[in-house]
Amino acid sequence: MSRDLALAAFAASTGAHVVSAPRGARFGVFLDSFDAGRFTADLAGRGFRFVGRSEAGFPPLLTAIHDPPPGLFLRGDGGLELLAGTGVGVAIVGARACSAYGAAVARMLGRELAAAGAVVVSGLARGIDAEAHRGALEASGPTVAVLGCGIDRDYPAAHAELARRIGEHGLVVSEYAPGVEPAPWRFPARNRIIAGLARATIVVEAREASGALITADFALEEGREVFAVPGEITSGLSAGTNALLRLGATPLTAASDVLEALDLTPPEAPALELGTDAEAVLALLRDGPASADALTRASGLEAGAVGAALVELELAGLVAEAAGVFRGVMPAG
Amino acid sequence: MSHTVEAVLAQAVTYCLVGLDPRRAEVEAHLQLANRACQEAKERVRSGVASAELEWPRFRITVNLAPAELRKIGSGFDLPIALSVLAASRQVPEERLAEHVAFGELALDGRVRPVNGVLAVAEGASAAGIPRVLCAAESTPEAALSGIDVVPVRHLAEAVAYLRGERDPPTYVSSNGHRAEAPAPDLGDVLGQERPRRALELAAAGGHNLLLAGPPGTGKTMLGRRLPGVLPPLAAEEALEVTRIHSVAGMLAPERPLVLTPPFRAPHHSASTAAIVGGGPGPRPGEASLAHRGVLLLDEMPEFQRPALEALRQPLEDGAISIARAGGRALFPARFQLVATMNLCPCGGRGDPAAECSCSAQRLAAFRDKLSRALLDRFDLVVTVPRPRAHELEAARGEASAAVAPRVAAARGRLAAGGLERTAAADELLARAVERVPLSARGRARVARVAGTVAALAGADRVEGEHVAEALAYRTPAELATA
Repeated sequence: MSRDLALAAFAASTGAHVVSAPRGARFGVFLDSFDAGRFTADLAGRGFRFVGRSEAGFPPLLTAIHDPPPGLFLRGDGGLELLAGTGVGVAIVGARACSAYGAAVARMLGRELAAAGAVVVSGLARGIDAEAHRGALEASGPTVAVLGCGIDRDYPAAHAELARRIGEHGLVVSEYAPGVEPAPWRFPARNRIIAGLARATIVVEAREASGALITADFALEEGREVFAVPGEITSGLSAGTNALLRLGATPLTAASDVLEALDLTPPEAPALELGTDAEAVLALLRDGPASADALTRASGLEAGAVGAALVELELAGLVAEAAGVFRGVMPAG
Repeated sequence: MSHTVEAVLAQAVTYCLVGLDPRRAEVEAHLQLANRACQEAKERVRSGVASAELEWPRFRITVNLAPAELRKIGSGFDLPIALSVLAASRQVPEERLAEHVAFGELALDGRVRPVNGVLAVAEGASAAGIPRVLCAAESTPEAALSGIDVVPVRHLAEAVAYLRGERDPPTYVSSNGHRAEAPAPDLGDVLGQERPRRALELAAAGGHNLLLAGPPGTGKTMLGRRLPGVLPPLAAEEALEVTRIHSVAGMLAPERPLVLTPPFRAPHHSASTAAIVGGGPGPRPGEASLAHRGVLLLDEMPEFQRPALEALRQPLEDGAISIARAGGRALFPARFQLVATMNLCPCGGRGDPAAECSCSAQRLAAFRDKLSRALLDRFDLVVTVPRPRAHELEAARGEASAAVAPRVAAARGRLAAGGLERTAAADELLARAVERVPLSARGRARVARVAGTVAALAGADRVEGEHVAEALAYRTPAELATA
């Protein structure tokens, strides 16, 4: 373990990406002066943990990839078993500047998969990543955020609060030691860990040649399942996902597609008692997404009553809203 | 006429405004005028005295404006300077002048012109126990609001004749009476927009700040402009507060000396911080104070300079703006209702099914970062207005403002009588939402406030679960709260 830790610390001190002990005297010199005990105590003092790739607790799925990191730094109260087999990791990735549709789908998938017991893995980025994490949190499920910088860096800064909430039951992980700054080249490397931790990777929305496709490529290389959410053929945000579908990725039309492939069973849907207004609004949303105003006119209800009905449906997880447009979310199964 | 040197000393009292605060200033005739404003005053006063066919004393005249530390700006000193000079040269009885406060600008031909802030000056004089104010005839209705006796004078000669007791000045008759203000734009002009209309009604009833988000061309600004039209008219004390501010800013129309309806201000997004919250050497009230007891509309809020937006946090919290200057501290009331509009992204494509957002993630993040959490927290009501699809544009006209206003007034009455209690079911729903949505402590308080307003509008005895549910519909969406 201490050698794994030394390797990770060496990477941080040189600012390089290191997965195995480099040749040359530099690492030897570093190793001689490296005080593993002190480094570990320092980590523990900040509430962080480290798991080396030679340790038993290291996620086996991640060991299986062709260039596993020397180890993972962990932040949060989630147990290691989230990463190590008993939890079924599902990666949800996609564009940062996503559409309202993409955001709603990512959140719905995060929630449905977490409710069925999967561990949602993503990258804490804006857009799809954040929505997937939020969806999992909504279902009170643990979720794992993989960073391309030190785990003490909340990147992006706007997601500091989200990272804190993920850490309550889940984990924020990184192969980089605390203090490592985010750099553009670290993100593709981070994506191999996202794909590596997951048994299946879902791409919700991606432009061509985007980071989400890199994650999907890693997943394909390692022989993991790749799902792509079909999008509009006229939208640039769907170009990447539609290209994946052409290449043979499984089209994802409901969370149940993933659950079946991973042998997970969706939880028994609790018998919901919806108000009559909510029932009427839900029936209208079966015809497609609509604004609150359109629903008001179509239902003949007061605007206030439609607002209350939509909140009732949202809290029941039956409706998702983005940019003022409401969509019915079909539960898994 | 001949004068002894010691005779050449006389005093007139006037008031100088620091912000809205009237400060007594004494004008002693006898020193070289130093202040910029007063250099001009000297020429106007000399010319005015000559035009009134009065004698300009052939002595070296020294005019002192006391207290010296007060920064004396503006043309309101012309009349007291002229009168003190005339009193010093025994052309006007000094004892009689002492019973008056003088405030007005002189034209070169001796006419007395109205100046800004007459109401605050008259109130200061009234509070100090000075029985009468001498001011321009046009300022009479405004000055009279303070309850003081107003002596309207059109010309310096008229003021002198009055002070000598030769004749009473004619009473001022407004040429066009108290004309009603132009009606505010009507809600009946708005097609569809059921949810934003409902939010507007709640904003009016509960005095909540309202944020309308959505792609361009969805009628956000049109709606925002219609809030003042459903607000109740100002109470007597409020009307005086608003009038005082508008008077100092020189925005009072002569035919409408008292502002009776809630003001509406919509500064352009290029406005400076000083223009928004007030400032300048004076200092003068800004848009936030001009919107006191009314509505401040910030159209395209993220386009405003960030310092200007952040400066609004103080008035949104305290209902007043304090401006510190070397010459003193001015406090302007600024208790306004904030209505803001914004696009969902810089290109405006978001929320528009017919367009695609072309903003990069960084640009989107920068756009949203402009609105600090602290500022977004001030909006109790946030409504996202998506672009209606073509077939939705056939929506019918909504209710007119005249139909909405009575409901607003009734709800305001109920809210003023005291807050309603929440039922157990309402508390349970609120607790569930805090977990599920999730809501911050502040977010929870906002939802609870709005739920109270929903219940008051419905005429309910208690805040029920359905009221909390509707209030939750206007919470800050996650996409605005965190990018």
